[in-house]
Amino acid sequence: MGLAMMITGAEIVIRCLQEEKVEHVFGYPGGSVLHIYDELFKQDQIKHILVRHEQAAVHAADAYSRSSRKVGVALVTSGPGVTNAVTGIATAYMDSVPLIVLCGQVPTFYIGQDAFQECDTVGITRPCVKHNFLVKDVKDLAITLKKAFHIATTGRPGPVVVDIPKDITAEKCDFEYPKTVQMRSYNPVVKGHLGQIKKAVQLLAEAKRPVIYTGGGVILSDAADKLTQLARKLGFPVTNTLMGLGGFPATDKQNVGMLGMHGSYEANMTMHYADLILAVGARFDDRVIGNPQHFGKEPRKIIHVDIDPSSISKRVKVDVPIVGNVPDVLEEMLKLLDDGFRPDPAVADWWRQIEEWRARESLRYKQGQYIMPQYVVEKLYEVTGGDAFITSDVGQHQMFAAQYYKFDKPRRWINSGGLGTMGVGLPYAMGVCFANPDMPVACITGEGSIQMCIQELSTCKQFELPIKIINLNNGMLGMVRQWQEMFYSKRYSQSYVTSLPDFVKLAESYGHVGMKIERPEDVEPALRKAFTEHKNDLVFMDFIIDPTANVFPMVAAGKGLTEMILAEDL
Amino acid sequence: MRHIISILLENEAGALSRVAGLFSARGYNIETLTVAPTEDASLSRMTIVTRGSDDVLEQITKQLNKLVDVVKVVDLSEAAHVERELMLIKVRATGKDREEMKRMADIFRGRIIDVTESTYVIELTGTSAKLDSFINALDAGLILETVRTGVSGIGRGDRILKV
Repeated sequence: MGLAMMITGAEIVIRCLQEEKVEHVFGYPGGSVLHIYDELFKQDQIKHILVRHEQAAVHAADAYSRSSRKVGVALVTSGPGVTNAVTGIATAYMDSVPLIVLCGQVPTFYIGQDAFQECDTVGITRPCVKHNFLVKDVKDLAITLKKAFHIATTGRPGPVVVDIPKDITAEKCDFEYPKTVQMRSYNPVVKGHLGQIKKAVQLLAEAKRPVIYTGGGVILSDAADKLTQLARKLGFPVTNTLMGLGGFPATDKQNVGMLGMHGSYEANMTMHYADLILAVGARFDDRVIGNPQHFGKEPRKIIHVDIDPSSISKRVKVDVPIVGNVPDVLEEMLKLLDDGFRPDPAVADWWRQIEEWRARESLRYKQGQYIMPQYVVEKLYEVTGGDAFITSDVGQHQMFAAQYYKFDKPRRWINSGGLGTMGVGLPYAMGVCFANPDMPVACITGEGSIQMCIQELSTCKQFELPIKIINLNNGMLGMVRQWQEMFYSKRYSQSYVTSLPDFVKLAESYGHVGMKIERPEDVEPALRKAFTEHKNDLVFMDFIIDPTANVFPMVAAGKGLTEMILAEDL
Repeated sequence: MRHIISILLENEAGALSRVAGLFSARGYNIETLTVAPTEDASLSRMTIVTRGSDDVLEQITKQLNKLVDVVKVVDLSEAAHVERELMLIKVRATGKDREEMKRMADIFRGRIIDVTESTYVIELTGTSAKLDSFINALDAGLILETVRTGVSGIGRGDRILKV
């Protein structure tokens, strides 16, 4: 033991990341993280992705996690680096994405003195992280990073911020990366309560009008296979939330589609009139069940499987709560349901009812002289064989993407469901590219959202990311415009987007390929060209779409789930 | 319904603000909050008095348990417990009021712990209701200053909150 074994805090940070098998770090340098960047420079195991704005670093790391089973890592400097990162952190937090955000901080002896680029990182991020740490002693650095990865990835996952003052990265100490970590205050549940699971199975056998309602928890816990097995064994209808798309194949007959504010007619009706809801990794939020009083009027039993006890009975009273890791609980259910499981004979009548609802074809839309956004998504689905990673921004295009791209696999649909952050689409696509090299990636966006992180076109060029940007350009903030049309007597307050750049030239100026598509008949050929001839290029496809297109069905805010406005009503 | 929540949490910088932040962010109310280290210096014990329906209390307990720094949470008011609050009250004590103040303090089993020519500081311990009654029993014009600790509580008998 001697001085020779001691390494600096900056080196410890890098060694810890290497121990965690981190391959990519998304970041942006600055004063407080210079020591760490110097250590990054001296090694080649971890690849650093230089973004153009810290928000994009966190979004990219977030999508890196969402689209794979790896953990995204972002690295930002103190002060503005952190405040820029906050939107990304809050976005990941709302969707329970495991993520590590390393932040530089001013030296410990400057903290609290309003130093240059100082901010209270722990205070600012506290409400939007699963946990955060300020490291005050270099000896705590390794164990803190170990805890950070442990907390981010276990239980209900979430972002963890580690705030590291600059002097800590310069000080030296012995380094040993802890193999395990024990925290008396943090012991997430894994196995569900067997007695509760037995009760649930009993209810499944008795149900006459059942539905399986699944959310993002299925995707995050890699439970799609188990869920699919269970659903097929039960033969019950399945509906996915926006975050749960891909948890059960969209093309399966048992799937009645997405539910909620812009869910399909059959999904919302099935959910509302079910006598038994098996909720899996979902949280009955306001965009899913609409008005909880209206929803609560219908008598029914609810089984709720979730790893987070606070998600259970938060908005809707639950009859059989099961706290546990989703795949573990589903596995137990599968074991208890013997192979001869026969649903109640009444379930056949229930299916007849559901088919009647389905026959309304609530996602039908009219073609006109302009390109319809729904049509673009349908063609994208065809051209990519349904096998692309799709990221989206937030607004009408997001709903069209969710409704018309049929996700058969988990982790293929990457969007900001909880926080609803415009601007995520392009950085999300970047994160997906690094986690899934050689896979087709499309970013479905609009001319409003794409401009919120447009600077990342530069990052995309630097790393030659072959993203296909599907810009559904209606010259309007479409979802805002839709609400104003429907609920504000068509007073279109600030919902137009004027002085738009020429997106083709813009893409070209960054060194990418730009296309402008204005006629319905050009949609498919343009997409084919983008995915074949320009397979290895970033293609910015500016689709000039019908500016009057609206998203239907729609459950207006505060309305009940069955009080849908359908396209055919208008 | 009034509830007394007892929390054992890691005695670390920022732990208090995590709890306080949770209450404000989710719109739960805090009537009183007290916190101090326990006999094990690595742990703090916090007592929060709050009001809410059963549903709200269920959420408060679950959300508190989710905080990484929180080791244990108990709703003391669910079963037999003892609660006490300490108040220091400074009153004007001159002329005939001087004897009257002494008598009132005795009736409420308070102790006079500071004396000047014109003032007393009375220390009084009890339930919050008892402290309220004492304040109400005094002539408001004679009360110069009050400070209360907020409620501390502990379960009776075998109800023990420990790691």
